Amino acid sequence: MFSRKVTDSIIEKLIFASGIAAILLVSLIFFFLLREGLGFFSEYSIKDFITGHFWYPTSKPAAFGILSLIMGSLFVTLGAAVIAVPVGVMAAFYISEVAPVSVRDVLKSGIELLAAIPSVVIGFIGMVTLVPLVRVMFDIPTGLSAFSGSLMLAFMAMPTIVSISEDAIRSVPWTYKEAALSLGATKWQTMYRIVLPAAAPGILAAVMLGIGRVIGETMAVMMITGNAAAIPESIFDPVRTMTATIAAEMGETVKGSMHYKGLFAIGLVLFVITFIINFIADTFLNRVKK
Amino acid sequence: MVDKIIAKDLNCWFGKACSVKGLNLSVHSNEILGIIGPSNSGKTTFLRMINRLNELSNNFKYDGSLMLDGVDLKQIDTETLRKRCGMVFALPLPLPMSIYENVGYGPLRHGIKSKKYIDEIVEKSLKAASLWDEVKDRLDSSAMKLSGGQQQRLCIARTLAVEPEVILYDEPCSGLDPISTAKVEEAMVELKKKYTIILVTNNVKQASRVSDRTAFFLMGEMVEIGKTADIFLSPKDKRTEGYIMGRYG
Amino acid sequence: MNPKLAQKIAFSLLFLVTLIIILPVLMIVFVIVKEGASAITWEFLFTAPKDGMRAGGIFPAIIGTLSIVLCAVAVTLPMGVMAAIYLNEYAKENLLTRIIKLSIVNLAGVPSVVYGLFGLAVFVMFLKMGVSIIAGALTLSIMELPVIITTSRNALNSVPQSFREASLSLGVSKWQTIRHVVLPNALPGIMTGAILSIARISGETAPILFTAAAFYVPHLPRSIFDQVMALPYHLYIISTQIPNMPKNITYGTALVLLVLVLAMSVSAISMRIYFRKKKKW
Repeated sequence: MFSRKVTDSIIEKLIFASGIAAILLVSLIFFFLLREGLGFFSEYSIKDFITGHFWYPTSKPAAFGILSLIMGSLFVTLGAAVIAVPVGVMAAFYISEVAPVSVRDVLKSGIELLAAIPSVVIGFIGMVTLVPLVRVMFDIPTGLSAFSGSLMLAFMAMPTIVSISEDAIRSVPWTYKEAALSLGATKWQTMYRIVLPAAAPGILAAVMLGIGRVIGETMAVMMITGNAAAIPESIFDPVRTMTATIAAEMGETVKGSMHYKGLFAIGLVLFVITFIINFIADTFLNRVKK
Repeated sequence: MVDKIIAKDLNCWFGKACSVKGLNLSVHSNEILGIIGPSNSGKTTFLRMINRLNELSNNFKYDGSLMLDGVDLKQIDTETLRKRCGMVFALPLPLPMSIYENVGYGPLRHGIKSKKYIDEIVEKSLKAASLWDEVKDRLDSSAMKLSGGQQQRLCIARTLAVEPEVILYDEPCSGLDPISTAKVEEAMVELKKKYTIILVTNNVKQASRVSDRTAFFLMGEMVEIGKTADIFLSPKDKRTEGYIMGRYG
Repeated sequence: MNPKLAQKIAFSLLFLVTLIIILPVLMIVFVIVKEGASAITWEFLFTAPKDGMRAGGIFPAIIGTLSIVLCAVAVTLPMGVMAAIYLNEYAKENLLTRIIKLSIVNLAGVPSVVYGLFGLAVFVMFLKMGVSIIAGALTLSIMELPVIITTSRNALNSVPQSFREASLSLGVSKWQTIRHVVLPNALPGIMTGAILSIARISGETAPILFTAAAFYVPHLPRSIFDQVMALPYHLYIISTQIPNMPKNITYGTALVLLVLVLAMSVSAISMRIYFRKKKKW
C-alpha cells in the first residue's frame, strides 16, 4: 500500500513536470520570435517595414519593405482559396453524404495520404509537370508564377478543408435531415437547404484552417512561384511569399545582422497572422461543438 | 444494532445548485437500506458522497459530516474508503477486458501477486454474485460479450472481489429485464449476511421486495425513513404516500 | 427543374470534383514510381553522392533523416503524451488550463518555417548547439509537440468517463486507473497520431533548413552534434540548385522519401481502421 502511494506520486510529479515543460517550451517560441523581431523594430520603423515596396536587405542603404512579400503571399493564398474552397467543400459533401460507405473509407484514406506527401515532393512534381504546362497553356514567359503556386497550394490545402468540413457536415443532427426528408424534399435539397447552413460555422473553420495552411506553406511555394520580390500585377507574374523569403535568405545572412533580424520580423508577422486565423477557426469549431 | 454510516446535517452543492439539504441519516450494519424518490431527489448524489466519487467534479462542495464506523470520511484515505465502500452503477460497466480480468482487476491493483490466490478470489466472487455457473467455462472471453444482466452481476462480483464492507447500489436494475432483475435481487439478499447495503432505486416495488428499511428522498431532502413495511403500509407523510401510490414520479 | 434530375446532376458533379482531388494523388505517386524506380539500386541506397551530386547514392541523406527523426521522436513522444495526460486527467478546469489548451491548438497551425526560425534562435544560437542533428531534432519535436498533445488528448478523451469511475470505485488509485484502464484503451489512438506525426516530420524541410541540414557531407554523422544531409533537403537541392542533374536520380530521391513517408502513413491509417473495427465500446 505504501509503495503504491510512493510510485503514484513520483509518476504524477513526472507527468506534471513534463506537462509544464512542454507548455513552457511551446510558449518560448513566442518569446524568442518577439525578442529577435522586436530588436529589428527598434531600428526600423514598423510602418516602413509593412508598407515599404522594396526588399533590398543587402544593398547599401538596405531597404526592408515587405509589402511586395505580403502581396505575394496574398495573391497566392487568395488564388488557392478561390480554387480550394468550393472544390474542398463539395468533396466533403460527396464523401460524407453521397458516397457509399466502402468508397468513403477509400476516399478519406486517399485524402489523408495527400496530407502526408512532403511539400518538397509536391513542389518538385509541380516544377516538372505543372510549371511547363502553365507556361504553354497561358503562353507566358515562365510558368513559375503566382498562378502555378495557387494551383499547387489549393491542392495542398485540400486535406485540411475536406476533413474538417466533413466532420462539420457529419455532426449535423440526423433529426434535421429526417425532418426535411419526411416532408418530401430530395436528398440534394436537404443537403443544400438544411445541412449546408447548419454546418456553415464548421465549414468556415475548415476554410480558415486551410488558408492558414496555405499562408504557412514554404517549400513548394519557394520552388514554384518564381521568387521575384516585386508587387505582382497579374496572377501570372512570378511572386515571392513571406515564407519563401525566410527560407531562401536565412542561410546566407550574418547572424545578428539587420537582415537576420528582419527575417525574424517576417516570422513574427507570419506567427501573428496564423495565430489569429487559427484562433478564429477554433472559435467557430467550439460553436459547432455546442 | 450498530450504525455503519452516519450522516449529520449534510448539505452539498454542484456549483450553485444544492442537491442534498440537511440530511441526517444512519445506516445499520448488515441491513439493506432502500432509498427511493423521483429523479433529482439527491439519492444518487448521497450515494456517491459515501465513496467520494462526486469529488471528481470540479464544482462539488459539501458541509456537515459523514462517518464510516465512527470515523469522518475526510480522515480516511480515498482509495481505502472506496475499497471499503464498493459501488454498482446504474448501467453495467464492465471494463473492456476478459471476465477473469474484470474480477481480478481490483485485487491485482491492490497488490495481490499470487495467481492462485486471485483465482480463488475470482471464483468466490463470481459465486457470490450468482454468475459462476454461467461463465466458469469462458472466463477468458470478453466481458463485453455477456448479456446485460450477466454484465451487471459481473460488476457486483468485481466489487465483491476487493472485499468491501458496504455495497452501494445505484439503480442497479434500471437497464435490465425482469428475469435478470430477479437474479440481481436474489444475489443482493444473499449478500446482506456479510455486507451493509444501500440500494438507490427508482423502482418502488424493488425497494419493497428487498430492503429492510426504506428512506424517501424528495428534492434533496429526506422526507421520511422507517421499516419498509411501515413506509409502504402507513406512511406518515402525505408526499411519501403520493409517491408510493404513483401520483408523481 | 425536376428535383430528381437536379439531384442526379448535383451528385455527379460532386463525384467529379472529388475525383479532381484524388486523381492527382495517384498521378503523383505513379509518376514518381515510374520515373524513379530505375534509379533504385544497392549503390543508390547505400553509397554517398559523387560528382557534385550528379552520380552515386543518397545513403548519408537517408541516415541523416533517420537520425534526426529518431531523436525528435524520442523527445516529442514521451513529452507530448505526458503533457496530454496531465491536461486531460489532472489539470483542473480553470482559466489557465483553458489558455494552455487554446495555445496548444493554435500553435499547431504556426508555419513550419517559423519553427525553423525559432530553432535557429534557441537551439543553434542561444544554446550554442550549432547546426546539428540535435538542434534540428529539437526544432522538429517542438513543432510536433502541439500535434502529439492534441491527438493524444483526443484519444484519452474518447475513453469513456465511466471506465475511470468503475476503476476508481474499486479503490484503485488515479494513476493505476490511468495506467491500466485509460492508457490501454487510448493507445491505438495515440499510436496512430504518433506515426502520422513521424511521417510528417520525416518529410519536413523548412524547420531543418537552418538548424540541421547540410548541402553535402561525405561521411555519416559521428555524433548528434554533427550536421547531416537530409532526404527532403537533398531533394530540394538537387531539383533546384544543381544544373544538369540526371533526371532519374532526382526522381529516385523523391521516390525514397515518398515511400518512407507513405509507408508510415498507410500503416497508421490501416491500424486505425483495424482498431476501429475491433473497438469494444
